[in-house]
Amino acid sequence: MGELKLMKGNEALAEAAIRYGADAYFGYPITPQSEVIEYLSEQNPYERTGMVVLQAESELAAINMVYGAGASGKRVMTSSSSPGVCLKQEGLAYIAGAEIPCVFADVVRGGPGLGTIQPSQADYFQNTKGGGNGDYRNLVLAPASVQEMCDFVALGFDLAFKYRMAACILSDGAIGQMMEKVVLPDQKPRMTDEEIKAKYPWAINGRKNGTQHRIITSLDLDSAKMEEHNIHLQKKYKEIEENEVRYEMINCDDAEYVFVAYGSSARIAQKSVQLGREAGLKVGLLRPITLWPYPTKAIDALIKKGVKGFLSVELSCGQMIEDVRLACNGRVKAEHFGRVGGIIHTPEEVLEAMKKQIIGE
Amino acid sequence: MTVQDIIKPENLVYQKSKLLTNKPFHYCPGCGHGTVHRIIAEVLEELGVGDKTIGVSPVGCAVMAYDYFDVDFAEAAHGRAPAVATGIKRVWPDKVVFSYQGDGDLAAIGTCETIHTCNRGENITMIFVNNGIYGMTGGQMAPTTLEGMKTATTPYGRKATLPAGAGFDGIPNNGYPLHITELIARLPGTKYVTRQAVYDPAHVRNAKKAIKKAFENQINGKSGVNFVEIVSNCNSNWKMEPVAANKWLVENMLPEYPLGDIKVDGKLVEK
Repeated sequence: MGELKLMKGNEALAEAAIRYGADAYFGYPITPQSEVIEYLSEQNPYERTGMVVLQAESELAAINMVYGAGASGKRVMTSSSSPGVCLKQEGLAYIAGAEIPCVFADVVRGGPGLGTIQPSQADYFQNTKGGGNGDYRNLVLAPASVQEMCDFVALGFDLAFKYRMAACILSDGAIGQMMEKVVLPDQKPRMTDEEIKAKYPWAINGRKNGTQHRIITSLDLDSAKMEEHNIHLQKKYKEIEENEVRYEMINCDDAEYVFVAYGSSARIAQKSVQLGREAGLKVGLLRPITLWPYPTKAIDALIKKGVKGFLSVELSCGQMIEDVRLACNGRVKAEHFGRVGGIIHTPEEVLEAMKKQIIGE
Repeated sequence: MTVQDIIKPENLVYQKSKLLTNKPFHYCPGCGHGTVHRIIAEVLEELGVGDKTIGVSPVGCAVMAYDYFDVDFAEAAHGRAPAVATGIKRVWPDKVVFSYQGDGDLAAIGTCETIHTCNRGENITMIFVNNGIYGMTGGQMAPTTLEGMKTATTPYGRKATLPAGAGFDGIPNNGYPLHITELIARLPGTKYVTRQAVYDPAHVRNAKKAIKKAFENQINGKSGVNFVEIVSNCNSNWKMEPVAANKWLVENMLPEYPLGDIKVDGKLVEK
């Protein structure tokens, strides 16, 4: 069984990478996620498991190191926070085009620009709607606890390798910095070079006995082939939308009004549900765990069950609300409530917003 | 009679390296890239490392180098080849890893990656083809463009500062030709730094020897970048015939970028 520890979210993410048997981490310090690379450096994973940890000269360099190591079939991770993730977008577009598996974490801070170092969820667009060029998607997992910061490393790697794409752990400054109990998994051995060669024939790690060379690229100047490649990617994304949606429903069975919230906001909205129920309101919470693919069908099912309105609760000026509204498609009311700039909403004001904006008094 | 009947072992004096594919080069006739590709492939074949080599191609004319080398290859974003090569080498330290980059890629957009990869002393080989111009995008100024040299973005010649007239003389303009190779030779993380050319057979032989040393150092060593600059031509964008381009290279490029070893076994060569 796993080991019980009190840890910061960022530390749990780092420890989970070592225990998952990750081969490398390439990163660049930025608040509020510098603990990831600090923890990894302090743990000396090169001695623990043989895992490489390297502080790159920039986020750009870090994501391109991930590109190279991931292209060679190894399990590689990076992490950053909002302005740093902007810099990684170039590499993420190439990673999508070249179909390289990897995991990256965005411990979101306020923006735009340098913004603030306080928690925010204003990177929803950046991570779920692209950010780099071209038609592509990244898998986006949203942890709401230190335990999920740990668990989603394994889930992220499993999905990234299953579909040959980047998996994003979209966290925020609060989840990254807060300490909670976490059950750590047992140490998994790193895959051997032979296992990697056998399991991932696409990976570039040296030809096998003079057989045909492998190429990892996002380029094809032949328009017909590039269209075919894009259709292949879209088919893969469709498959993921069918099979990989994850979410949690709290008090939704008889709910008439539902909060939709992920990460830190979901923790607060959960308390709002409790306060609302105490006041006799039939409120529930839909917590998307995957932000892409989005639980569109779950919202549809709730509407069919009689839910009359949704409040998207976010630490942003309204980003996820667009996906909630797409799912509602005008059938019921869907509004946004959010605090920004590093301010975190209170359960009371969230419940108040539900009453005012959705239920109506 | 077939080709195989003619090519008997006793007749065979020279052949295409087995580590080059049969795909025809897209390079312009007269361009140096084909020669550089060929000698790299020959070196890798002679060293017997075809099965353990991973190349990283740039953005620029050599972007599709992966089609020509019969070794595993990754195509990097513009300027990021040294970071991609770092990522590969760190997780496969026993493989032979090299980047192949042009002047815009290595010395403009990728300067940061170039300097830090060299400074970390990654145990890789970096091949730098310097023709003083952007080839793929149609002949714009490169960081290595010579002063006075005409390009699509310096149609009146590269001028480090604005010329006299209209009262603007002396104001910064296009800057100076960047000697990135001398710059990285000063970093303790580089082991072997040399500048070569491929405009005639004698220099092709020298360049091949240098490339071989740059790969042998990697294979026998644990750390230190082995960096080979090749001063090359771009007859298409220089708007010259191939022979004239090579003559221009000797008369103009080489005085600015003199050939020879700059650093050997981690020590700067006394000049």
